[in-house]
Amino acid sequence: MPVLFVNQERVDVAASVPGDTPLLWVLRDSLDLTGAKYGCGMAQCGACTVHVDGQPVRACQTPLASLKPGAEITTIEGLASREGKALQTAWEKVDVSQCGFCQPGQIMSAAALLASNKRPTDADIDAAMAGNLCRCGTYQRIRAAIREAAKTLG
Amino acid sequence: MNRSAVDNVSRSRRALLRAGLAAGAGLVLGVRLPVRAQTAGPGRTGAATAAPPFAPNAFVRIGRDNTVSVVSKHLEMGQGVHTGLATLVAEELDAAWSQVRVEGAPADVTRYANTMWGPFQGTGGSSSIANSWDQLREAGAAARAMLVGAAAARWKVPPESIRVAAGVVSHASGRKATFGELAEAAAALPVPANVRLKNPKDYVYIGKHVPRTDAKAKANGSALYTQDLKLPGMLTALVAHPPRFGARPRRVDASALRGIPGVRSVLEMPRGVAVLATSFWAAKKARDALVVEWNETGLWRGSTAGQMADYRKLAATPGRPARTDGDAAQAIAAAARSLEATYEFPYLAHAAMEPMNCVMRLSADRCEVWTGAQSQTTDQSAVAEVLGLKPEQVTIHMLHAGGSFGRRANPHADYLVECAEIVGRLAKAGTRDVPVKLLWTREDDMRAGYYRPAFVHALKAGLDGNGAITGWQHRLVGQSIMAGTAFEKFLVKDGVDETSVEGAATLPYAIPAIAVELHTPRVDVPVQWWRSVGSTHTAFSTECFVDELAVAAGRDPVTLRRSLLAKHPRHLAALELAAARAGWGTPLPSGRPGEKRGRGVAVHESFGTVVAQVAEVTVRADASYSVDRVVCVVECGLAVNPDNVRAQMEGGIVYGLSAATSGAITFKDGQVEQSNVHDYPILRMPEMPRIEVHIVPSTAKPTGVGEPATPVIAPAVANALAAATGQRLRRMPLRLA
Ligand code: FES
Ligand code: FES
Repeated sequence: MPVLFVNQERVDVAASVPGDTPLLWVLRDSLDLTGAKYGCGMAQCGACTVHVDGQPVRACQTPLASLKPGAEITTIEGLASREGKALQTAWEKVDVSQCGFCQPGQIMSAAALLASNKRPTDADIDAAMAGNLCRCGTYQRIRAAIREAAKTLG
Repeated sequence: MNRSAVDNVSRSRRALLRAGLAAGAGLVLGVRLPVRAQTAGPGRTGAATAAPPFAPNAFVRIGRDNTVSVVSKHLEMGQGVHTGLATLVAEELDAAWSQVRVEGAPADVTRYANTMWGPFQGTGGSSSIANSWDQLREAGAAARAMLVGAAAARWKVPPESIRVAAGVVSHASGRKATFGELAEAAAALPVPANVRLKNPKDYVYIGKHVPRTDAKAKANGSALYTQDLKLPGMLTALVAHPPRFGARPRRVDASALRGIPGVRSVLEMPRGVAVLATSFWAAKKARDALVVEWNETGLWRGSTAGQMADYRKLAATPGRPARTDGDAAQAIAAAARSLEATYEFPYLAHAAMEPMNCVMRLSADRCEVWTGAQSQTTDQSAVAEVLGLKPEQVTIHMLHAGGSFGRRANPHADYLVECAEIVGRLAKAGTRDVPVKLLWTREDDMRAGYYRPAFVHALKAGLDGNGAITGWQHRLVGQSIMAGTAFEKFLVKDGVDETSVEGAATLPYAIPAIAVELHTPRVDVPVQWWRSVGSTHTAFSTECFVDELAVAAGRDPVTLRRSLLAKHPRHLAALELAAARAGWGTPLPSGRPGEKRGRGVAVHESFGTVVAQVAEVTVRADASYSVDRVVCVVECGLAVNPDNVRAQMEGGIVYGLSAATSGAITFKDGQVEQSNVHDYPILRMPEMPRIEVHIVPSTAKPTGVGEPATPVIAPAVANALAAATGQRLRRMPLRLA
C-alpha cells in the first residue's frame, strides 16, 4: 500500500489502484478533493496543478506509481502556507476570478513561485505562470494579485 | 464594505475529504473519515431549498437567520451575473452586502424567463443585466416595502418614518430590527402591486465597487462545478464519438475491456458508444480500448481548403439581400476609384476551461439534471423528449460553469441529450436511480462539434475624387447558426439569418449606397453561437475594410470614422475617448532595432453596447509579433458594476485575441484536425497585453458587456499590423508573411 501525505493527512493507497492512475484522478475520484481540475489531461493547461514535495506538478500527467512513498501532496484545499494565504486574499481583493475553473491551478503555481522567489519580476511571473491557461482571460489580474501578495508578504 | 457575501454553489470544506469510495475505486484512507455530507450542499436551487419564511417573489428569499438569498435565473459562467443580479436586489432592498447570497434558479419558464426573449429561460446575447434591470430592482423594492410595512405595524409608526440602510430597519425613536426579525411578519402582508424605485443619486451599490459573491469560493477551491459533483453510487460515463459528424456505430468490439476494473457497462448509442465505470480513469482506459467500426456512408468528407475555395466562388455571385440602401453596384461602378478585399474566417471552438459535462439521475417519474445550463428551456425539453417525460418532470440544478462562451446554450442540448440517452438506456435495462456523470475529455470537447461557422466576406467600395466613400458592397458566405433550431422562425427572414449579418447589415457609417448580401451554404459541420456571434466576423471585415479605405483615400483612420459617425453619438463618444487615451496621432515609442511598431483602431456595436479599441503592436524581424497594449472604451449605459465591466472587457479581449492570433478548427477528409490546446492554442500569460479600460459615463439603461469586447480586438490588431508593416492580413488567424 503506497503511503502518501495529502494535505498533511496520511493516506494509504490500496494496491488495487492501478499505478497508471494519474494523481489528479486519485485526488478527485477517490479522495474527493476536487479543487484541482481536469482541463486538458496532457500537461498543457495547468488546471490540475498541485504541489508534490513543494514543487508544482501537473497532476493529470503524474501517475500514482511515479510518486515516491511518503510523498507530500498539497492541493488548493490544503494550501496553508503564508504565501498561499496571501495569494488567496489578494485573489479576492483584486477580484481575479471569472468562471474560476482555472484558478486553483493558478494559485498553486503562484504559491510555488512565491515560495521560492519573494520578489518576482513581471518576467518571473510570466515564466512561472506560462503553463496555466485562463480561457476567461484573467491574466492581468493574476499578475496584479501576485504582486499584491508579494507586497503583503514584505 | 464587508466581503463575505457568498455563493451557495459551493460546499463546506469539511465535506471535502470523506469516504466517497465508489465500489472498485479501491482507495483505503488511513484518516478518520468525515461523514458523507456533500449531497446536502451542491446543486441546491431555489426550488429545492427548504422554504424560507419570507419569499415575496421568485427572486428574493429572506431567512430568519437574516440571510438574503437572491435567486439567479441566469447561469454564472464567469461573467459575474450572480454578483450583478444580487447588486440590483440589494440596492433596492437596502440589504447589507454581507448578508446576500446567490443561488441558481430552477428551470421554470413561468417564473424565470428572459424578459427579452419571450417565454424562454436562458442566458445569452449579453442580456442578463439588461433584461433583469427593472425586474430585479422591483423584486428588491417590493421586499423592502413589506419589511417596512411589518416594522411600521410592529412599532405603530407610519411607514414613511422608517429607514432602511445596510440591512437594518430603524426608526427615529431608536427602534431597530434586522430583516430576519421581520421576515415572518412581512410575509403575512400583501405583495405591493407598485413600488417606487430609488433615485439613482441614492445608489449605494449600483455603479460602485461591489466584490464578486463567488470570489472566496473560487479562490479556495470550494466552488462547485459539474465536474466536481459526486452523488452516492454515481457512475462516470465517457463516450466514444465518431471520427466524422453523423457517423453511427456499426460494430463494437469491447473484448479488450475485460481486464479493466471498475467498468460497469458499454452502451451502443445512436451517436456513439458509451462506457460507464466507477471512476474517470477506468472509463477513460475502457473507452480507449474500445474498437468501434463506424457507418460513415454518405458523410461529409470535405477539407478546409476546398470549402474556402467554394465559399470564395459563391462570394463572387449575388446573394440574398440583407440591406439595400440606394444602388451600391452603380455607385461603385461610377466612382473615381474602387477597392476590393476578401476576408476569411475559420471555424472556432469555444474551448471553455471546463469541458462539457452533466449529471443525470432518472427515477420512475422524473429526471434530475445537474449542470451549468445556459438555456434551461431548451435543455429541459430536450431531456424530457428523449426520456418520454413532460418538461416539468425534468429538474435542473444549476452549478457553476467553468466558462461557456455560448457553448452551454446548445440549441440541440447535445451533450445533455447524450446523457439522457444513457440514463434512458440504463432504465430500459432495469437500472434506475443511478446518477450518471457524463464527462467529455478535452478531445471530445474540441472534436464533437458546434463551432463558430467559417465565413468568407467579399467587400467592394467606391471612393470619389475627395476620398469620400460613395458605395459599399458586402457579401457574406457562411452557414446559418439558426437554421434547424427553434429560433429559426424568429431570426431567419427571407433566407437571411440575422445573426449571420449582424454588424454588417447594421453598418453605422454614413455611406449613400450600401448593399449587404448573404449566401448560406449547407455544410455538415455543426455550428453554434460563439461569444458575440455574427460580430465575430462582421466586426473584422467592416473595420478592416474601412481602414483600408482610409489608407487608400489618404485619410487618418480615426478622422475618417469620425466623419462617418455623426449620427451615432455613442460610437463617436467611444471612438474619441479611445483615441484620446491611446494618444492617437502621437508617435509610438520605437521598438528595439529591427522591430516595427504600429497602432490600429476599431469600433463596433454589438448587443446594444459600443466598444472602441486601440491596439499597439510590435513586429519583430522574424515576422512574429506581440500585442503590447490595448486601450478599450465601452459605452454600455449605466455600468452596474464598473469593475466587472472592466473584467469583461479584459476577458473579452483575451478571448478575441486567442482567435486573432491562433484560433482555427480545420478539416481534412471530414475530420477535425485539432484535438487539444497544444494545436488549438489559447493565449498564455506571456502574450498578455496591458489592457486599459475606460467606461463612458452614462445614465441610460444598462446594456450587456459579456460579449462586445471580443469582436473588436482582431480588427484593431490587424489594422495595427498593417500600420506597422504595410501588410494587410485578411485571413484569420493573423499571421504575417
Ligand atoms: S489537466 Fe493537467 S495540465 Fe491540463
Ligand atoms: S477564470 Fe475561467 S478559465 Fe480562468
